[in-house]
Amino acid sequence: MELALTLFLFVALVATAIAMAFITRLFAVVILSGVFSLLSALLFITMDAVDVAFTEAAVGGGISSILMLGTIALTARTEMKQGKFSLIPLAVVFMTGSVLIYGTIDMPNFGSADTPAQQYVGLDYIKRTPKEIDVPNIVTAVLASYRGFDTLGEVAVVFTGGLGVILLISGLGRRRSRNRKER
Amino acid sequence: MDHHLILRVVSRLLIAPILLYGLYVQFHGDFGPGGGFQAGVIFAVAFILYGIVFGLSRLRIIFPDWVVHKLVALGLLLYAGTGVVSMFLGGNFLDYNLLASTPVGGQHLGIIVVELGVGITVFGVMVSIYYGFAGRAPRLDDKDW
Repeated sequence: MELALTLFLFVALVATAIAMAFITRLFAVVILSGVFSLLSALLFITMDAVDVAFTEAAVGGGISSILMLGTIALTARTEMKQGKFSLIPLAVVFMTGSVLIYGTIDMPNFGSADTPAQQYVGLDYIKRTPKEIDVPNIVTAVLASYRGFDTLGEVAVVFTGGLGVILLISGLGRRRSRNRKER
Repeated sequence: MDHHLILRVVSRLLIAPILLYGLYVQFHGDFGPGGGFQAGVIFAVAFILYGIVFGLSRLRIIFPDWVVHKLVALGLLLYAGTGVVSMFLGGNFLDYNLLASTPVGGQHLGIIVVELGVGITVFGVMVSIYYGFAGRAPRLDDKDW
């Protein structure tokens, strides 16, 4: 059952990606990218990574679709006409893909217990969280407490990114100088 | 979007549950999936939905730019401030054990405050990015999409 579900999700994911590559109406492409995010969120759920799935659904399916729509409202609604069909990009994509697949051959099987990720710190966190932090969601315990420093850095990254967007496109400077002129 | 009656009615019904759900995800993050990052995004979505359906100018009246920009900084300050407070209480930076009378209680309090900081910053950033994009775009007719 789970195998069939995973297979279905992957096929749907690939179909969405191919459709996105061929459609030239950007509105449809943005909506399909939201569909892509929701499908990958479902895949994360089948892998029991609920927190990641949640983030993917909220950020990838929700906010980034809206922001992409805002962007195409600012720029253009259709993709520019492509020139003639060329083989080089296709070859690059196939080569990168085969290198990536070759790389997965060395990786341990999904969910196998004797991988480094399941043994050293991971095991330690699972053992220590009930005693030291006592919250049921170990992901939160790791994210906010054991790795609090990292999360502080992440928030700083979000802050800096937001600051950049505000400075670049919100037009605060222009509005201020206009106000000054009116005075 | 004045002529989209269904959109207006449905989004008016949806905005309050979205806000409530955002708060649930925020404060229930240490018991179930979720946390500040997701909650900030969900909370921002409620405001963005209001902005899309009822007009950006109306949203900017209830929620002006300067408030959003202050929130972006407030969240990060809350997070880093928790670390500074734990330093003044005699621990390391971001050592929550000393924030309450028992170490476990301190951890709970620290995690909730820190996640709140994350949520506020993410919420502020999302809304201000939306303001930045939507504030510049000309109003499009339905057929232009």
